[in-house]
Amino acid sequence: MATVELTFSALPAHVRTARLVATAIARRTGVEESLLDEVRLAVGEACSRAVEAHRAHCPGEPIRIELKDDSGRFEVTVSDQAPSDEIKPEEPLDLGMLSDSFMTGFGIAVIAGLADDVEVLPSPKGMRIRMSWPAAANGHPR
Amino acid sequence: MDLKLDHRTEDRLTIVEVEGEIDVYTAPRLRELLIDLVNKGNFHLLVNMEKVDFLDSTGLGVLVGGLKRVRAHDGSLELVCTQERILKIFRITGLTKVFGIYASVDEAKEAHGKDK
Repeated sequence: MATVELTFSALPAHVRTARLVATAIARRTGVEESLLDEVRLAVGEACSRAVEAHRAHCPGEPIRIELKDDSGRFEVTVSDQAPSDEIKPEEPLDLGMLSDSFMTGFGIAVIAGLADDVEVLPSPKGMRIRMSWPAAANGHPR
Repeated sequence: MDLKLDHRTEDRLTIVEVEGEIDVYTAPRLRELLIDLVNKGNFHLLVNMEKVDFLDSTGLGVLVGGLKRVRAHDGSLELVCTQERILKIFRITGLTKVFGIYASVDEAKEAHGKDK
């Protein structure tokens, strides 16, 4: 198992860096090219959500990403330290209700539509979003 | 890649050219442009997404916000997009039913002309 860990300050500019790192490692791990866009978008959504949560609750704390190559799966876990006791249930799309910053939890809905396997673990100490995609059994650079 | 924005007006339609990545970092610039255009009386917007490399839910939120603003003036906000990677996020979120999405600027202009 190979693991890469990345921590970054809760700044929007760093989300792109996180996306690029995740996509590069996914490629190296052997995730199919056709899935790389999904990895990039899902990791970006998870990091954007974490950055917004930190900016609201704990702007000085870092966000952590763990990227693992584990038994033929490429697994990404994004962990924040902002309290998140509950996830608002999805509601039907109502244009009048949407704000520019969009609904809380919408990013998670996007992730759920993209990742092969997603687990969202909210807690008073922060949220963990774990997602994974199939990868080559013995990940290797292409 | 950063975000490049440009716009021009043809007849009553304001075409917004977007190039690069629309995410949590760059989306505020697109939001500011759309707000500025609406404040200056441009209520029929066409956002050309053909050169957009990346779009996330923050960017979708900005587009929805723009749509709300133009609709308040009986206007329209429509999109030009043929890239599957971008269309996919509109489909996942159900927003294909909210936005008019065209294959080219000319096609959108033609449709817009018929609506007048």
